[in-house]
Amino acid sequence: MTNVPGVPALAYALQQLINGVTLGMIYGLIAVGYTMVYGIIGMINFAHGDIFMVGSFLSLIALLGLASLGITAVPLALALTLIFAAGLAALYGWTVERVAYRPLRGSFRLAPLISAIGMSIVLQNFVQVGQGARVKPMEALLPGGIALMDDGNFAVQLSWMQIAIVVTTLVVLAVFTWLVTKTPLGRSMRACEQDLKMAGLMGIDTDRTISLTFVIGAALAAVAGLLFLLYYGVIDFFIGFLAGVKAFTAAVLGGIGSLPGAVLGGLLIGLIEVGWSAFLPVEYKDVAAFSVLILVLIFRPNGIMGRAEVEKV
Amino acid sequence: MSLLSLTGVSTFYGAIQALRDVSLEVNEGEIVTLIGANGAGKSTLMMTVCGSPQARAGSIVYDGTDITRMPTLLIMRRRIAQAPEGRRIFGRMTVRENLIMGAEVAGQSNIAGVMDEVCALFPRLRERLAQRGGTLSGGEQQMLAIGRALMARPRLLLLDEPSLGLAPLVVRQIFSAIRTLNRETGLTVLLVEQNAHQALRLAHRGYVLVNGAITMAGSGLDLLARPEIRAAYLEGGG
Repeated sequence: MTNVPGVPALAYALQQLINGVTLGMIYGLIAVGYTMVYGIIGMINFAHGDIFMVGSFLSLIALLGLASLGITAVPLALALTLIFAAGLAALYGWTVERVAYRPLRGSFRLAPLISAIGMSIVLQNFVQVGQGARVKPMEALLPGGIALMDDGNFAVQLSWMQIAIVVTTLVVLAVFTWLVTKTPLGRSMRACEQDLKMAGLMGIDTDRTISLTFVIGAALAAVAGLLFLLYYGVIDFFIGFLAGVKAFTAAVLGGIGSLPGAVLGGLLIGLIEVGWSAFLPVEYKDVAAFSVLILVLIFRPNGIMGRAEVEKV
Repeated sequence: MSLLSLTGVSTFYGAIQALRDVSLEVNEGEIVTLIGANGAGKSTLMMTVCGSPQARAGSIVYDGTDITRMPTLLIMRRRIAQAPEGRRIFGRMTVRENLIMGAEVAGQSNIAGVMDEVCALFPRLRERLAQRGGTLSGGEQQMLAIGRALMARPRLLLLDEPSLGLAPLVVRQIFSAIRTLNRETGLTVLLVEQNAHQALRLAHRGYVLVNGAITMAGSGLDLLARPEIRAAYLEGGG
């Protein structure tokens, strides 16, 4: 590790920690969608990253629309955007499942996977054609922040935006956890995840439960899309690919199928990526995430919180 | 009065015929058992009643309604509940959650009340309410599977091999619980068993399934006394 000249090492590390957690929250939100869908129907929804991208574009459209309507109070605009983007992205998620995956249920295992890759291309091209291929900028909604450990030379910046991202993520995850652990829908989802056939035998509408899983996963991805837009300020039709692969890595790292694992994996991937950029050549930061994926698959394929795969009798 | 009747039912798995022209009746308030060797089609018959897989020929009438072509989830919402082969409890949910599931899926509103009844029947479940289903012993899991089915307050309970892999003492407990339920609440039970001796003693009537077809029918005690049944299913077993 090399120190940046003139910057106290501790302050610098703290700054990276803050940045890493913020980014990790976004990855975690996306990773939850991967892990939920895998848990319930055992497929990797490769179009999920593109749902995140669509959510990001929907957020941009909503924010610009609200600004043109004169709604500029930041909390109100953010809340409305969140509802709009999550709602419409949920519809995308529902449609993708209905059109591309449900007809293939009971087919051979690779079929929905191929279909998912197709859906991913469709969504990317759809946005590219509809919104153009150029990068879309967005001015900062919440400039400024708090300066910590200011020694006159270097201050650790905790921006309002980072606080907003962390708080939003925690609130969304709290609601989501409540939904999964305490409500009839959550119980149905877990029942389907543990034994789809038995869930059906009890009278659970398994098709509907699977649809709702996609809907919820897409809504969470859209929240991540909004946060990503706010954090980076630029988006394009291709952001879903990289973010998607990293969130997928996070889900595998945490243990695919495990919800807390997905969030933990997201945080770790965020920290690894930011840590790499801070101390090692920034051009290779994406290599970090993918190296982690390879190492996890070699040494701990069940992930940190994953269960060993038990063959059902 | 017949609560469930199958007429000429045939079921296939792909090209393989698992049930051949099966007809049977289960009357309201009866315990009916279906005995047969491994692979005779007993579980297939249970699953065909539940519409998974659906019968290719014949008809299944439950409570005056033809359910042959009905999707599983609609059949199971007509107060039919199954405790399936292998128990299939939700191992990563608590016992309480398993029970709640059984009730809420069936639209049962008085969940606490029904849970109390089930726990009275199987006191072991009350002690284990907060525990994960997967940590229970085999016997407790079977009690949970039956309890979960009972949470729907079914009129017809389909029980698939409840004695499988359990100690004789536990089997007696479970069979006595079924008898109590039947006597006190009038619950109708279709019981699939390899343990022919105990099943026939418990049941009012029984059917024998061989290679997917019914070969014998009669009252439980009547079947128990027949030499061919003794030879095929009881000698050395019980």
